[in-house]
Amino acid sequence: MTAKVPRSTSVPAIRTSRPLSPHLQIYRPQLTSVLSFSHRLTGVILSVYAVALVAWLSAAAAGPQVFATAQSLVQSPFGKILLLACTFSFFLHLCSGIRHLMWDTGRGLELGAIYISGWVVVAVSTMLTAVSWIVGTTLAR
Amino acid sequence: MVKPPIMRSSHGRASGLGSAKEGVQQWWLERVTAVALVPLTLWFTASIVGHTDVGYMAFIAWLRAPLTTILMVLLLIALFHHLALGLQVVIEDYVHSVAKLPAVITVRLACFGLAVAGIVATLRIALGY
Repeated sequence: MTAKVPRSTSVPAIRTSRPLSPHLQIYRPQLTSVLSFSHRLTGVILSVYAVALVAWLSAAAAGPQVFATAQSLVQSPFGKILLLACTFSFFLHLCSGIRHLMWDTGRGLELGAIYISGWVVVAVSTMLTAVSWIVGTTLAR
Repeated sequence: MVKPPIMRSSHGRASGLGSAKEGVQQWWLERVTAVALVPLTLWFTASIVGHTDVGYMAFIAWLRAPLTTILMVLLLIALFHHLALGLQVVIEDYVHSVAKLPAVITVRLACFGLAVAGIVATLRIALGY
């Protein structure tokens, strides 16, 4: 069968059938790669919430009835789960983004420093999410 | 007419010409908008945490304060500029089909549209229309 395929097209066909490296299914995740992907993922997720921000402002501009509907959606259990996901995504992207800005200045690029700043990002973004929700629910009472 | 094949490698054609001098602009603006978004998003998050269950009138009063209006408009500009640049990088990295260019254009235009919609909504509230 392969003999019928012209030489010029058979070479890329063989190339694409070869296993890719790194092989993601068997690749042990590291903090560095997980945070790198998380930064992108939270960036895309936050883009969706940015659309919701515009919808929320437009609801307020439309008047009290529309705003009340928007608020009831946000205050519903599902809305609160989405808002919690938004809060964590925001703080992770913020902390991870500051880490990227630090790297852009040429600082903290040694392997040890990269792992320290990585764990700082995880700890601080989790802490800020918890603090903002504790403060938010306390003030709401 | 069939074009004669270019008998030079891509490297041969590009070497010695220097950089295009423009490639760094997107990378740089992504950083500038990121720096702007650090205080703006922290202000916004702190404000929302402090206004979790306020009604319509209190929310309108908050958004009508001059400083709030200014910061909200700045937030929308920086946010959607950063979003357009960031999403373009994501599309360029993962979309390798003919859909790449339409996707980049759609995202860019949607970001313009959403930024304008958000700013108009903010100004309508602030100016009382």
